[in-house]
Amino acid sequence: MNIVVLVKQVPDSGAERTLSAGDNTVERASANNVINEMDEYAIEEALKIKEAHGGEVTVLTMGPERAAESIRKALSMGPDKAVHVQDDALRGSCAVATSKVLAAALGTLNADLVICGAESTDGRVQVMPHMLAERLGIAALTGARKLTVDGAQLTAERQTDEGYEVVTAATPAVVSVWDTINEPRYPSFKGIMAAKKKPVQTLSLADLGVSADEVGTAGATSAVVEFAKRPARSAGTKITDEGTGGEQLVAYLAAEKFV
Amino acid sequence: LTIARTLGSVSAVVLGGAGATEQFAAKLGEFGAEKIYSGEGPEIDDYLVASKATAVAELVKQVQPAAVLLASTQEGKEIAGRLAVKLDNGLLTDAVEVAADGTATQVVFAGSTIVKSKVTKGLPIITIRPNSVTPEPAPATPAVTVLEVTATDADKLTRVVERVAEQKGSRPELSEASIVVSGGRGVGNADNFKLVEEMADLLGGAVGASRAAVDSGYYPHQFQVGQTGKTVSPQLYVALGISGAIQHRAGMQTSKTIVAVNKDPEAPIFELADFGVVGDLFKVVPQADDEIRKRR
Ligand SMILES: Cc1cc2nc3c(=O)[nH]c(=O)nc-3n(C[C@H](O)[C@H](O)[C@H](O)COP(=O)(O)OP(=O)(O)OC[C@H]3O[C@@H](n4cnc5c(N)ncnc54)[C@H](O)[C@@H]3O)c2cc1C
Ligand SMILES: Cc1cc2nc3c(=O)[nH]c(=O)nc-3n(C[C@H](O)[C@H](O)[C@H](O)COP(=O)(O)OP(=O)(O)OC[C@H]3O[C@@H](n4cnc5c(N)ncnc54)[C@H](O)[C@@H]3O)c2cc1C
Repeated sequence: MNIVVLVKQVPDSGAERTLSAGDNTVERASANNVINEMDEYAIEEALKIKEAHGGEVTVLTMGPERAAESIRKALSMGPDKAVHVQDDALRGSCAVATSKVLAAALGTLNADLVICGAESTDGRVQVMPHMLAERLGIAALTGARKLTVDGAQLTAERQTDEGYEVVTAATPAVVSVWDTINEPRYPSFKGIMAAKKKPVQTLSLADLGVSADEVGTAGATSAVVEFAKRPARSAGTKITDEGTGGEQLVAYLAAEKFV
Repeated sequence: LTIARTLGSVSAVVLGGAGATEQFAAKLGEFGAEKIYSGEGPEIDDYLVASKATAVAELVKQVQPAAVLLASTQEGKEIAGRLAVKLDNGLLTDAVEVAADGTATQVVFAGSTIVKSKVTKGLPIITIRPNSVTPEPAPATPAVTVLEVTATDADKLTRVVERVAEQKGSRPELSEASIVVSGGRGVGNADNFKLVEEMADLLGGAVGASRAAVDSGYYPHQFQVGQTGKTVSPQLYVALGISGAIQHRAGMQTSKTIVAVNKDPEAPIFELADFGVVGDLFKVVPQADDEIRKRR
């Protein structure tokens, strides 16, 4: 099975993140950039399917030059090769434009199965898989916590608020996964060494036949008008329990009319 | 509906299995829907997301609305995403507020930054976070228009074969609850989570959990609060044995009032707690429960 995994580089969610003052895009230059966490689960799932059914795993990333670090990191987990869509015109792309570019890149890769994270930790837009399916005219099984591959038939348990839905489709398809689906492996030393030699193809917008004015800040379908730091919450009263902590807590809740 | 009314007169779209419209019509009228477009049946209900987006896209072309608002649930966002591609239109997700001119307010980066954005191509397609405003009634008597929905072949690629409800008790839905009581690793084990449930029930709230608690198997994943779980914004959030990592805060930082019990005085959760108790939750919580019962 020919599998493509979508991997996005994002600013570390455990650290301070901000937009840059100039053009209201994500401040990526100063951030500690990492692989979007959900995408590590997508890579793991792709590798498991390859191990069980054979095939090839390709990593696809759209992002600036420094996203190459995340591509190497992804490759060190085990995928065979990578495609990096990189073009200065892509800076500030909205989700609609991103899906246009990723769909064009997928068009060159002939995938049976595209696996991605259910959401990115920065945009959290949660739309990419269905947008890609819409553009490519293929099936989408999203929000999977379990995926079964039986020949060309895919069955997923889709996590919902009430429980789950069982959804099925045939390949070609896009599947997005939550962190409940597996436990991603750590890259081995051998994997890290091997990743250095794996092929990474860099594609520009021209290579994909996408025009620069359809993407980036120029082609954005939505724009940030302004942004501000939310005032930090300030700490309120803090008491130490010396035997009446619970009572004091409820006294506070009562004063605030919760009890 | 409350947010939509600030933009103009509102029509509601109900897409689901047979009977869905009947189930929701009264509520939609109460909150000001002047029309209801109803798309029901297997063409909608048997497939994942795609046919719903097709139905909404057809309707948009017919009635040319000023904006399309959806709920910021996974499915709401997915319909919005497909709709944006179909109409070659912009979209904004996770808005907490929409101004009369269509400017949406989004709270991003773990609640640290407030962004105002606008759709600049096409009509505003915006998904709204649950609990971002208090719904205000504005009674109307909506007329129902039935939509003839024909799913395309591409819409039928992904079939929903089963819907399974898991332990849906009497507690309110987590992302919509006005009170949430959450437990973290400090709760210690699955059995002890009864303590969290008991307090939630006394307060009439929902139960939440930190990722550490979920990963340790204390509580099911759908109750996780935080960046990779639910975003909640209740009137009251009670954090029991939760340290307050940035990814946890991402899901609860916009709560109106935050209360925490933690035995570590340095725990970061105290930086945002309106009322914090430094102490052992196994002593503080049972005492608080007794006190709540006494005050009834
Ligand atoms: C705070 C913030 C808010 C935003 N709000 C909006 C908005 O309201 N509307 C809008 O149109 N855009 C928005 N964006 C821009 C949007 O996040 C980007 O266009 C992004 O590339 C696509 O959305 P996502 O990453 O959130 O996708 P999601 O749908 O959340 O991502 C799902 C998966 O798609 C894959 N993927 C996503 N992007 C890439 C990529 N570049 N390369 C490879 N794989 C990828 C990953 O596997 C990821 O796990 C926002 C960005 C930020 C930082
Ligand atoms: C990409 C990413 C996404 C993440 N997403 C999420 C998310 O969605 N939600 C989330 O919650 N986390 C998330 N995390 C994990 C997050 O970083 C923390 O690890 C997690 O929130 C810690 O949970 P905790 O506070 O329950 O556990 P701990 O940090 O272990 O804290 C336990 C606390 O309990 C206190 N305690 C112990 N015993 C008692 C007692 N008897 N009485 C009172 N207090 C006691 C301790 O003092 C301590 O402060 C994410 C991490 C990453 C990297």
